[in-house]
Amino acid sequence: MMQALAAILTQLLHVALVVLAAPLLVGGIRWLKARMLGRRGASPLQPWRDLDKLLRKRPVLAENASAVSEVAPYLGFAACLTALALVPSFALGMALAPLADLLLVAGLLALARMALALTGLDVGTAFGGLGAAREMSFASFAEPALLVAALSFVMLAGSSNLDQIAAALRDGGFGLRISLALAAAAMLAVAVAENARIPVDNPATHLELTMVHEAMLLESSGRHLALWEAQAALRLTLWLALIVAIFLPFGIAPAGAGPLAWALGLLVWVVKMAGLALALAVFESAIAKMRVFRVPEFLGAALLLALLAAALLFVSTGLS
Amino acid sequence: MLRACCDVPLLHLTPRAIGSASERFRTFPVLSALGLVILAMLLLAVPAAYGGPERGWVGRLVHAGSLAGCVGFMAIAVAALLGGAPAPLPLPFGPPWGGARLALDALGAWFLLILGLAGALASLFALGHPPGPARSLVPYPLFLAGMALTLAAGDLFTLLLGFEAMSFASWALVAADHEQAENRHAARRYLGFALFAGACLAAAAGLLAAGAGALDFAALRERPPEGWRAAAILALVLAGAGAKAGMVPLHAWLPLAHPAAPSHVSALMSGAMTKVALYVLARFLFDLCGPAQPVWWGVPLLVLGVAGAVLGGLRANLEADTKTLLACSTIENIGLILAALGLALAFRGRDLGGLATLAAGAALLHALNHGVFKTLLFLAAGAVLHAAGSRRIDRLGGLIHAMPVTAACAMLGAGAAAALPPLSGFASEWLLLQSLLAAWKLGDITLQVLAAAALALVGMAVALAAAAMLRLIGLVFLGRPRTPRGAGAHEVGRLERAALVLAAALTLAFGLLPGALLDLAGPAVAQLAGAAPPRHGLGLLAGEGAAAYLPWLVALLLAACLLATWLLLRRRSPQATQRGPVWNGGFIDPPLVFGDPLTQPSAGGIAQPLRRMLGTSLLAAREVVDMPRPGEPRAGHYAASFRDPSEPFLLAPLARATDALAGRAERLRDFSLRQCLGLGFATLVLLLALIAWLEGG
Repeated sequence: MMQALAAILTQLLHVALVVLAAPLLVGGIRWLKARMLGRRGASPLQPWRDLDKLLRKRPVLAENASAVSEVAPYLGFAACLTALALVPSFALGMALAPLADLLLVAGLLALARMALALTGLDVGTAFGGLGAAREMSFASFAEPALLVAALSFVMLAGSSNLDQIAAALRDGGFGLRISLALAAAAMLAVAVAENARIPVDNPATHLELTMVHEAMLLESSGRHLALWEAQAALRLTLWLALIVAIFLPFGIAPAGAGPLAWALGLLVWVVKMAGLALALAVFESAIAKMRVFRVPEFLGAALLLALLAAALLFVSTGLS
Repeated sequence: MLRACCDVPLLHLTPRAIGSASERFRTFPVLSALGLVILAMLLLAVPAAYGGPERGWVGRLVHAGSLAGCVGFMAIAVAALLGGAPAPLPLPFGPPWGGARLALDALGAWFLLILGLAGALASLFALGHPPGPARSLVPYPLFLAGMALTLAAGDLFTLLLGFEAMSFASWALVAADHEQAENRHAARRYLGFALFAGACLAAAAGLLAAGAGALDFAALRERPPEGWRAAAILALVLAGAGAKAGMVPLHAWLPLAHPAAPSHVSALMSGAMTKVALYVLARFLFDLCGPAQPVWWGVPLLVLGVAGAVLGGLRANLEADTKTLLACSTIENIGLILAALGLALAFRGRDLGGLATLAAGAALLHALNHGVFKTLLFLAAGAVLHAAGSRRIDRLGGLIHAMPVTAACAMLGAGAAAALPPLSGFASEWLLLQSLLAAWKLGDITLQVLAAAALALVGMAVALAAAAMLRLIGLVFLGRPRTPRGAGAHEVGRLERAALVLAAALTLAFGLLPGALLDLAGPAVAQLAGAAPPRHGLGLLAGEGAAAYLPWLVALLLAACLLATWLLLRRRSPQATQRGPVWNGGFIDPPLVFGDPLTQPSAGGIAQPLRRMLGTSLLAAREVVDMPRPGEPRAGHYAASFRDPSEPFLLAPLARATDALAGRAERLRDFSLRQCLGLGFATLVLLLALIAWLEGG
């Protein structure tokens, strides 16, 4: 009974934490990038202020927009929030842990992506169709890389459940494995592509011929735009939290631990996420955006790394 | 806590309840009922022959009778799945050396359920649809009866009889609209592939029967083939059943034939007929070839299946015709099912019973899910063709405003085809991906690397399917109309809408309760995998409970998040939505009724990224831009094309070989009488020698 209550409490705390942290993460990365480029940069709280401003504005829809434009923002946001509720942050053994399957998380992200792409096509504008086509094309290179990268840690943990993977990799004493490092590199590349970051897409530009993600949002405004911005922030948080939970699971509170362990786990999680955010900001500042038709090579390299990781594991399990 | 609730079985069937239910079903003469339904369908062809444009009631009679028969198929299939296999029923005809008989075990019953569902939906749709050419009325019930006879066959003779009836009836349906040259071309190619499939299957059946000395399945199982004979049967069945199912590289007929038939027949061909071919494949390879095959038997199925999944998914992204796009998506889904069957064969050969049940369950569940959502999508394409007057994507657009019900149903079907949770396609593809993630347990490093590559390609195929479905929905139902005819579209009639809504509801329900369906398919899974499957209850389990998927909980969570977001935003952002002219980056459309349709993304434009990224290497896609020099008054032209690899590598050499052989055969005309007699004698001696060798071996 106590355990069930603790599981529900950690789940609620987790959802509150990630919803609060997501805009801060986006703002933090923007601020870090600005500092690195020698600018002062807006406060990390700026995304929160932007969301508040957008919510107060009156949303305008095109005359021929269908119900899709009105429903899709909610659906995309809800799918991302559901997916993020499943990825462990500071504690294991949350109430939804049995549901936290990696393939389901990928499926929910695909649902959010489909909602966004449908919005891009709803009014029948050139930019929207361009962005939607590119987004779906990138996904067909990102999904294989993600699945094969998953093969490595699913083999080691014996399950595709994120909670069990995190627990197994934390306690299993796998140490520093080359295959895990390769899989982590592949996952990072997929995360960069899925979140429309540099070098795949530039989240800071509008009306550029090579843009992908923002092209689908050109007709959104008011609360619809706020929902899409929040969804993008949730997705970035999700991918970083996923990488933290799988590849850096140390310090996370085990299932059934008390509030003290939670507080420690929270502290460690914040430090790890901040570290990843710093790494992302450095990477984005140091690299230029690549051409759209170079992206398959970028994701193909990630797929090759992931395949290499799996092959190394096949050889090592065959030897032992 | 959740672990506990996912273990609760859905149907609350205690052993005693199952026992009494199965007793009741055992006394019910399942096979006699099935035989009568098939016979009634055959008799339905008689009044159908009197059909015509002036006799609308004949069409209604045929389709209402087909609907009733398909509901009967469903009831019989569920009775057989719950009550166990009845004893075979001898038929009053058949070859003299072994009577024909009907039998319905769990495997056949599962596919009969798929046939019943797809057939009932298609017949209901056709009932409300304006009647097509009267010559399509006779083969329609024959087509359904042929498929049912294949599934209910208890011996090889009946199986081949049903299979051929299905092939020729569907050929007549493909050729029904033969005024158009492209339909005649499609029908001719379809007939060629159907004859090839029949010849391969007849040869495989001959090899099986020669080894066992009997035709009925029970006797064949006693003496499974061995050695080269088994390998030859594998090759022949793959070619025969694969050609009918749309397996790569024998898929060239499918993107032509499925669109050529009337829409409800296209739905049946994609939803049910390809599944019947897969049933024949599973019957031969999993059942009649004995309880265990070597592990490598799974490899050709896995390789061909994965190749078909990627090729079909990619082609679906390039096609410009709604029904051709859906047909290519069928190639993709058949590929996924074949890959799952191949994995099940490999796991069974390695004695990994638990994993074999996982892969076999993925194959059977995906066959059912695809049977329903592809029927839904083809029916929606038919509704669009009827209401907006075109199958070409570039002549449609914005139909969500004129046809809201059709659009909503098509979106649900497309979501299932794109494997979005919590719809039905995701559940079965989740099982397939889980079995691929566990395929490293096969041990051999070659197989492990092969399975890892298959995992990557299946992931790509799923993403490609999502892109293709987005293209279909986004261009046909969203945006603005592209032609005046498309702008004048209207919602379809009541019965057609009922068929669409029913199919969409089934897609949703099958997505929410996949565990109950797999439990229903349990005996069929056990037949394929050679091991008892676990009880799934409300969700799906994989790897002895190491991973679980609880779709109803996912749906609840999604709904809760949606509701919470909506409530929160209603309070924080109370301003009503305002309508204004489209922003479109500042571009102002010329003042036409619905803007300039050419400023919208086109079918070729949406396909461009994938055509360049994958199409150039896999489908020899080419883009030719003809840009006039500055000052030249002519218009610029852009043309994009691609070629399926089976055309240059399979069909073209085949056509050349046919021409060469025909040239040789012409020389036979100049033979003298003595040479002709000698030729006949030599053939006779050769055939006798073959018989003697087969009897001896």
